[in-house]
Amino acid sequence: MDTILSLQHLKKYYATQKAVDDISFDIQKGSIFGLLGPNGAGKTTLLRMITGIFYPDEGQIILDGQPFKPSEDIAKIGYMPEERGMYKKMKIGEQALYLAQLKGLSKAEATERIVYWFKKLEMESWWNKKVEDLSKGMSQKLQFVITVLHEPKLIILDEPFSGLDPLNANLIKDEIYGLAKKGATIIFSTHRMEQVEEICDHIVLVNLGKKILDGSVAEVKQMFKENIFAIETKHLENIIDNPIYTIIRKENNKVYVKINEGHDSNQVLSHFIENKHEIVSYNELLPSLNDIFIKLVESTHATTRAFQNS
Amino acid sequence: MHKIWLIIQREYTTRVKNKRFLLVTFLMPLLIIGLIFGSAYLSTKGTEHRKIAVIDPNGYIKTSLKNTSQIDFEFPDNVDTTNYGSKGYTDILILPKFDSKQKSNYILRSKKSMGLMMQNSISEKINSAIEDQMLQEAGIRQNVLDSIHKASQYAELKAYEDKGNASKESNAGLAMGIGYASGFLIYLTLFIYGTMVMRGVMEEKTNRIAEVIISSVKPFELMLGKIIGIGAVGLTQFALWIILITSLTSFGMHFLPTDIQNQVTTLQQSNGQMGAAGMGQASETAMRIYNMQHTISTANWPLIIGCFVFYFLGGYLFYSALFAAVGSVVNEDPQDAQSLVFPITMPIIISYLITNMVTQNPNTPLAFWASMIPLSSPMVMMARVAYGVPSAVTYWELALSMSLLIGGFLFTTWLSGKIYRTGILMYGKKVNWKTMIKWAFTKQF
Repeated sequence: MDTILSLQHLKKYYATQKAVDDISFDIQKGSIFGLLGPNGAGKTTLLRMITGIFYPDEGQIILDGQPFKPSEDIAKIGYMPEERGMYKKMKIGEQALYLAQLKGLSKAEATERIVYWFKKLEMESWWNKKVEDLSKGMSQKLQFVITVLHEPKLIILDEPFSGLDPLNANLIKDEIYGLAKKGATIIFSTHRMEQVEEICDHIVLVNLGKKILDGSVAEVKQMFKENIFAIETKHLENIIDNPIYTIIRKENNKVYVKINEGHDSNQVLSHFIENKHEIVSYNELLPSLNDIFIKLVESTHATTRAFQNS
Repeated sequence: MHKIWLIIQREYTTRVKNKRFLLVTFLMPLLIIGLIFGSAYLSTKGTEHRKIAVIDPNGYIKTSLKNTSQIDFEFPDNVDTTNYGSKGYTDILILPKFDSKQKSNYILRSKKSMGLMMQNSISEKINSAIEDQMLQEAGIRQNVLDSIHKASQYAELKAYEDKGNASKESNAGLAMGIGYASGFLIYLTLFIYGTMVMRGVMEEKTNRIAEVIISSVKPFELMLGKIIGIGAVGLTQFALWIILITSLTSFGMHFLPTDIQNQVTTLQQSNGQMGAAGMGQASETAMRIYNMQHTISTANWPLIIGCFVFYFLGGYLFYSALFAAVGSVVNEDPQDAQSLVFPITMPIIISYLITNMVTQNPNTPLAFWASMIPLSSPMVMMARVAYGVPSAVTYWELALSMSLLIGGFLFTTWLSGKIYRTGILMYGKKVNWKTMIKWAFTKQF
C-alpha cells in the first residue's frame, strides 16, 4: 500500500513546553488511522501542523509523495476540529456554501455537492435554518458534511462522535467506512477506545509530545498480551495451579489462567484434556486498547484526568 | 486573493442584509433632520414674553427705547417695586438720574428669574437708547439717525482668501462646522465599526469556527477580509446617508411657498442681488435660505469629501486592526475585552477632544502635531482641512499626514496580524497587552 502522509521528525516547541518532540510515522492510503493520546499530549498541535495551521519548528511532512505546501495542499485536506463551531446566525445552506468555496470549490460545484450530501444524510429541510436552531448532534452532522464536501484525500476528524446518538453515530460511521473504501484516508483522533478498536486499522499513541506506540490494532494487542486464557469447563473444583500455568481467578464456570514462561497454549489445552476436564470453550484474553492506553500513559506520568471511557 | 474576496463578501452581505443596519441607516438621517428642525421649532415656540415697567424719572429714554419681539417696555405712572406684579408687569426697571459724565447703574427687579440672553438684550437696548438720546442732544436729527441705523445693518463681513491671482470667499463659521461634524462622524464611526470588528473576531473565536476557516485560509487573510468587509459596510452607510440627506432637503424645499421658491431662484441667478427687474424685496426667509446655500457652496466640497473618505478609511484601518487583535485574545468573558480595549479607546477620545479645540484654531502647534500623528490625524486633520488647502494646511502637510497614516495602518495591521494568528487559536489563557506585544515581536508558529 502507498503512503499518503509521512511525518518525519516533527518538532514544535512552545516557550514553556515541548508540544511535539520528534514524532515520525506513516499513514497508508485508504486506511483509518487512530491518533490517540491523553489531553495535552500534543495531538492538537500535531493535527494543526498536518492541516497547515502551524509550521513545524523542525522536520518534514510529506503529503502524497511531495513536501507539504499549506497554500496548495489545503484543498486535499478536510479537517473537523474537536471544538467545532459555526456562525450561529448564518443560514445553514449559505454557511456550507461559504466554507466549501473557501476550500476552493466553485459555487455551482459546491451547491451540487451540498444538495447531494444533505439528501444522503436527511438534512434537506435544514437549508434555510440557522445553526442556533440545531441540536448539538445535528450541528455535528452538518460539520461532518462540511468537512468532506470538497472530497479531500485526507480527512482529519477530531472526536467526530461526541454528542451523537447511536443512530446518527452509526450513520456517520458508515460514511467514514464508505469514504475510506473510495480511497480517502482518515485520521481519527479520540479518547474513546472502544470506537478505536472498532474502526481503526492502525494506531499511534502520543504522550508528552512523544510517540509511545505505533502499530495496527491487532499488532498492538499482541504486543501487550499477557498470555492469559479463559477456559470454560463444567467443573472448576479440581483445577489447581501447576508448572504450566497459574490460576488468576475462577468465576461462572470459567477459569482464567496465565501461561508460565517456557510453555504455550497447546500445552495448557493438552493438560486439561489429559486430566479429563470437559472443555466448553478456550480463548486467549487480549488486553483492550483501553487497558493498554491507561497502562502506557500512567507509566509516562501524564495526566489522565480527562480521560474518559464510557 | 479569491478567498479573501469570499470573506469580504460574507462580512459585507451578512451585515448589510441585517435588519438593524437598514434601520440605523434609514432612521439616522430622519433623526438628525428631526432634531435640527425640532430644536429650531422649539426655540421659536418656547420663548417667554416679558412686560417691563420702566421707571424713568427724567423721561430721558422714553422716546428712544425700542421694544423687541420678546420684551415690551412701558412707562406707566403709579407703579413701584411693591405693586408692579399686581399691575400686570413681569419686571420693573429703575433708571437713575442720568449723568453722561459717569457710569450709572440701573436696577432690574423680577418676579421670575431672567436668562442671560434676555438680560444682555435689555442692557443693549438701554445703552443704544441712551446713545441715540445723546446723539440727538448733540444735534443729529431723528431721520438721519434712522438712516444710519439702517445702513449699519446692511454691512457684513465677507472674508476672502488670496490664492495666487484668484481670491475665494471664505467662511470661518462654515469651516468650523464642517471640521466639527466630520471629526465627530469619524470619532463615532471609529467606535462603531471598530467594535463591530472586535465583536466579529470574538464571535469567530468563541464559536470555534476560526479553526475551521484557518484550515482553509491564512489567519491574516481572515482578519483582513473581516476588516475590509466591515469597512465597506461603513462606506455604504455614509453613501446612503449623503444620498438620503440631500434628497430629503431638496424634497423639503418643495414644501416652501412658491413665491419664496421663486425668490430663492432669482437670488441664485443674480448672485445675491435682488434685481431692479421689479420683483421687489426678497423676503427674509428667502434671503436666509439663499445665504445658507451660498455659504455652503463656498466650501471646497470635492476636497473635503475626498479627505473625509481617506481619513475615515485610514483611521478605520488603523484602529480596527487593533480592535481585531483585542478580539482575538479574548476568551468567553467579554469583561476581558473591556480592560484590553481601553488603551485603544483612550487615544480616540483624546483625539476627539483635540479636534474640538482645533476646529476653532486650526494653526496651533498642537493642531499641527496632532494632525500628523496617525493616532489622532484622522479626526484632527479633518478639522484643519475644513479651513482650506493650502491656506490652512499646506500641501506638504497634507501629504505627510496622509503618508504617515498609511504607514501607521500598515504597521498596526502587521502588528495585529501577528497577535491575531496566535490569539485566535489560543483558549483558556488570560492575556494582557504585554503578552500581546511579545507575540508580535517573537516568532510564533
